[in-house]
Amino acid sequence: MDLLRFATAGSVDDGKSTLIGRLLYDSKQVFEDTLDSLKRSTAGTNFDDEVNLALLTDGLRAEREQGITIDVAYRYFATPKRKFIIADSPGHVQYTRNMITGASTADLTLILVDARNGVVEQTRRHAAIAALLGIRHVVLCVNKMDLVDFDQARFASIVRDFEFVQETVGLERVTPIPISALTGDNVVERSSAMPWFEGAPLLEFLEDVPIPSPAAAGPFRFPVQYVIRPQTKDLHDYRGYAGTILGGRVKSGDAVVVLPGGQRSTVESVDFAGEPLEAGEIFQAATIRLADDVDAGRGSIIADAAHPPTVTRELVADLCWMSEASALKPRQQFLLKTSTQRVKAMVTTLVDRLDIESLERVGEPSELALNGLARVVIRTADPVAVDPYRKDRWTGSFILIDPATFATVAAGMVRETDTSKDAAAAEESVYA
Amino acid sequence: MTVPVDDRSAEAAAFLASTEREASHLRLLESEAIHILREVAAEFERPVLLFSGGKDSIVLLRLAELAFAPGRIPFAVMHVDTGHNFPEVIEYRDRRMAELGASLIVGSVQDAIDRGRVVEERGPRASRNRLQTTVLLDSIAEHRFDAALGGARRDEEKARAKERVFSARDEFGQWNPRAQRPELWNLYNGLQHRGEHMRVFPLSNWTELDIWHYIAREGLEIPSIYFAHEREVFERDGMLMSTGQYIQLLPNEHPSKQVVRYRTVGDMTCTAAVPSSASSLYEVIQEIATARITERGASRTDDRTSEAAMEDRKREGYF
Repeated sequence: MDLLRFATAGSVDDGKSTLIGRLLYDSKQVFEDTLDSLKRSTAGTNFDDEVNLALLTDGLRAEREQGITIDVAYRYFATPKRKFIIADSPGHVQYTRNMITGASTADLTLILVDARNGVVEQTRRHAAIAALLGIRHVVLCVNKMDLVDFDQARFASIVRDFEFVQETVGLERVTPIPISALTGDNVVERSSAMPWFEGAPLLEFLEDVPIPSPAAAGPFRFPVQYVIRPQTKDLHDYRGYAGTILGGRVKSGDAVVVLPGGQRSTVESVDFAGEPLEAGEIFQAATIRLADDVDAGRGSIIADAAHPPTVTRELVADLCWMSEASALKPRQQFLLKTSTQRVKAMVTTLVDRLDIESLERVGEPSELALNGLARVVIRTADPVAVDPYRKDRWTGSFILIDPATFATVAAGMVRETDTSKDAAAAEESVYA
Repeated sequence: MTVPVDDRSAEAAAFLASTEREASHLRLLESEAIHILREVAAEFERPVLLFSGGKDSIVLLRLAELAFAPGRIPFAVMHVDTGHNFPEVIEYRDRRMAELGASLIVGSVQDAIDRGRVVEERGPRASRNRLQTTVLLDSIAEHRFDAALGGARRDEEKARAKERVFSARDEFGQWNPRAQRPELWNLYNGLQHRGEHMRVFPLSNWTELDIWHYIAREGLEIPSIYFAHEREVFERDGMLMSTGQYIQLLPNEHPSKQVVRYRTVGDMTCTAAVPSSASSLYEVIQEIATARITERGASRTDDRTSEAAMEDRKREGYF
């Protein structure tokens, strides 16, 4: 059985939590005691058996009191075809960073819109974030169809509006589905109220959609987390590099390069728990032994020698600013963590900002506020080995950490690894 | 006493086939957990793994063995012992430690009571559940642990469903659910100030059923109380509690012998048994797959205090 991770997005009150509640409820994943406690809860008034399904996912006291989702809630369910991990994410603009948290590991995003309101600013924001985060597939759930008399023309007009958003932000695939989370239409069961809709209901779609991973098809990538050296009598010379395969695959005899140093070697053995594997596949935790003594340790990436990542001290990236404390200004310093590397870094230039309302790029902003999205140039104190995010989301992503508070203040995706390719960046860069 | 996994019946064969189907999904969860364990080993100076002898911490300890083999587990191992644990579980705990050649640190609630550090609740409903928080935080401070690995899962409870894998605790050990760090991709931020510590939950994305499938796949031994056995129990608030020296009977409570098993293992005063005839892993998994009550709902009295019982305890520094 395989695993699909998906995130939900949409504006406040578009019914995200209700939809998740409906998926869990109709696929018989809600347990009786959970249901009982919801029935007792005073907020539940608008549902079968007087149950407010949104309360299934709003797990914090403040969320239940205010009736909104503040933080990501993770939910788990399975059908005979697939296991699902849902990141139920907040819709409120103030909690966009939590939505990004939920989307960063997702294979797919559900964007909800209220059929009465259509595409709004949050829809555009979430579409832009999904595109930036490299989520290849978006399901546009046009919700509350019951409140617009299941009107086909209304659905079609929202789908047209979203096509413009899709083109502008660059989403690969969008599947629109008209639903009502409240009444269950087209969620688990096909809707009899919308015979004009020929596509699959949501759950059926989620069960069948393929999950392609560019990283799996790409070259071998293995960031070293930890070096295993038992130094016992039997295993005196054992030196294993522990990590997770985050690109391609590997087997013994493969030619590899250790970055950022650049030494070449050959894979002697791919082990798991001290036993050799025939080959290591994407996402497998493994321990690799090399044929030569090389300078490798935490922060190194062992990679395909023929197709290595770029080693650079300067990168162009898309950044989402997440700090509530202050805005991002040029020349601010941070700690940058990418794969297992941690280096000092400086945002040298804010190239342009993505305006969510117009979906246009606004040149040379003086600063970037909470939840702002911008293209930036980053200079690092030491070389880092990275890939473009579109090729491998695991070796092309990074976070910025405030060196004083240690808060995670930004999420970044490497756009270009050679800044000379980006004319605007090269022009702007003080290090050109 | 533990029950061997190797049950050579036709049912067991069918069951093994079913764990095979789970394999790709379990392999992803296993790799994710190992990745997290290795990040902890690399980013912290004095990490500790919390081990209670319950099924989740059994899986966590197994994953730690796999993550660092053929080397040793680079973590201290600690149990916060209420003194009211099931003897079968303590026996299992000690034997497992001996197997690993590891020494166990025990944070003792009884000692804390004797020293006057915490005050024991009184009456027939007294429980040491809440006292564990103080002992846990004291032990973390005493041993200067900077990270504590726990086996909690997000599917257990709605406040847990909100918690990060790397979950920061302030200098008072408190969790602040409104100010959690964004946690992106597999990039965990382990930086913190002196005096703060990190709680880390490598099994965050596992479900109860995943744990059982993994126990079966790995052939792990578990304490015997997870399987059906005859026990003297009585009913309280709709739950079956074990009789014993730690729990006082109320006037209307009448113990009787029943065949039960435990779905979760906490201390005897707050963990209830469920009626069950499941005596093999296969039967346990069948039972859970068709269960209509959550594991904590079926067996934990400590979550019933209020709607936000877990959130409130977690804010104070509970596991």
